[in-house]
Amino acid sequence: MARLVVLGGGVSGHTTATFAAKWLGSGHEVVVVTPNAKWNWIPSNIWVGVGQMTKENVTFDLAPVYAKAGINYKQAKAVSINPEGSESSGKPFVSIEYTEAGKEGVTENIEYDYLVNATGPKLNFGATPGLGEGSQLGEHTVSVCTADHAVHASHELFKCIEKMKKGERQKFLIGTGHGMCTCQGAAFEYIFNIEHELNKAGVRDMADLQWISNEAALGDFGMGSLHMSAMGYVVNSRIFTESLFTERNVKWIIGAHVNRVESKKVHYELLDGSYGEESFDFAMLIPPFAGVGIKAYSKDGSDITDTVFAPNGFMKVDANYAAGDYANWKASDWPSTYQNPKYGNLFAAGIAFAPPHPISKPRVTPNGTPITPTPPRTGMPSGIIGKAVAHSICDLITKGENAPLHHASMAHMGAACVASTGKGFADGTAAAMTVYPVVPDFDKYPGTGRDTDYTFGEIGLAGHWIKHILHHLFIWKAKLKFGWTLIPE
Amino acid sequence: MAVKESEKVFEQEGQNFNSMVPGSTAKKLRTCIIWQFIRFVAINIKMIIVVSKSH
Repeated sequence: MARLVVLGGGVSGHTTATFAAKWLGSGHEVVVVTPNAKWNWIPSNIWVGVGQMTKENVTFDLAPVYAKAGINYKQAKAVSINPEGSESSGKPFVSIEYTEAGKEGVTENIEYDYLVNATGPKLNFGATPGLGEGSQLGEHTVSVCTADHAVHASHELFKCIEKMKKGERQKFLIGTGHGMCTCQGAAFEYIFNIEHELNKAGVRDMADLQWISNEAALGDFGMGSLHMSAMGYVVNSRIFTESLFTERNVKWIIGAHVNRVESKKVHYELLDGSYGEESFDFAMLIPPFAGVGIKAYSKDGSDITDTVFAPNGFMKVDANYAAGDYANWKASDWPSTYQNPKYGNLFAAGIAFAPPHPISKPRVTPNGTPITPTPPRTGMPSGIIGKAVAHSICDLITKGENAPLHHASMAHMGAACVASTGKGFADGTAAAMTVYPVVPDFDKYPGTGRDTDYTFGEIGLAGHWIKHILHHLFIWKAKLKFGWTLIPE
Repeated sequence: MAVKESEKVFEQEGQNFNSMVPGSTAKKLRTCIIWQFIRFVAINIKMIIVVSKSH
């Protein structure tokens, strides 16, 4: 009997574990280690953050789902990996620390045959003074990164709406809280959902909406922007995005590294090296991401963290980490099997793998401050990668260690993305987009780097319907209900 | 001459002066149930094609 241990129970880890459990059957063991008791459909946190959904609408308990799937679930966080075992045993193991109520702080070593690191990110609020401490959100801003954060954000939003109803003007600042952030799409959705809710509350004319982000241009989204086919044109996402910001009367500050947050004010540096500050009454700033800080040790106990993990804490996989300058970047730099180059039974999936470099062109201010969106690995790519890794490991277990691995490179993978710009069955809208491939390949698609037959976008009610249907479909799938394997990632 | 509602957002010296904005017809089509049902079908077909190319 082989044992697969999956660290993390988010989109990627959950996909890996559930498919592996289904394909391996009861002859092998699948263990999930995740510090959370609940699964969260994170894309819908936006709607929790404006009070249009509850925490219960976007989360469910993991324990009964894993019990049904025959998965050994441990509510704990991974602390370290010993990929060579220890001096007393050659069997590799992962050390975990329980977070489950009643077992907090209890540690355990779990031996494994295969390990998948799918921990997702550490929300690194502490990278920006005033934004928070470590992975804890600070007091000056709100967040929609977790369901609890989103509930808090909605409460603060309602306070602002009440003030506006009493005639007090409010300023909303939404965007990224550091020069190296990703997930601009979540902030994009949040600012337009706020705008939509303010209209519904009849107080839009009392609000100033201000966007601030590390993108060099609107519509970059950490993907170096994209050209899409629309209305007979091939148009850059900057045009598309600027149009929406203008139409909804949202001002923007771009190319910004937020370097300090204090009560009702942020300080930032721009790409041209200038400095500025912006006041706010309500701010939601996405934090930068980092690895969760798992250490790695060799057989003799020496620290080999820098062998297994990149400096940002994400796990090294089969990517080309020596691509060098932007001019040398190739689509082939991106990993496809997500196998660690040194330890063949170690894989990383979803946000937890170390990308070879950004997708957007890297930029540095004259003061030496890097301001570059980091690449998105969330949603559909996370799920597809998780499934491919599960497939590879199942083959390695059932067909032998020479079985060919499955591939899921983001340079050969498309993504469907639906960004909500307001919730409502008849008056909601969303930007529905597809992009192919996620990582542009300028050798294969000279000019735009992508296939514009499969890269498109439009905004409308249909997009909102799709996003709402996807909310229910993906929660249905994650609960392993009837036909779950038929729903694509 | 009355200024069209969709054009009031432009600021002559502002950052949005070079932006493209939708006119009233384009905005109405965004929430027109019949048109959006057609777009719902079309977008789903496009997405299914991209999803199938990615697995």
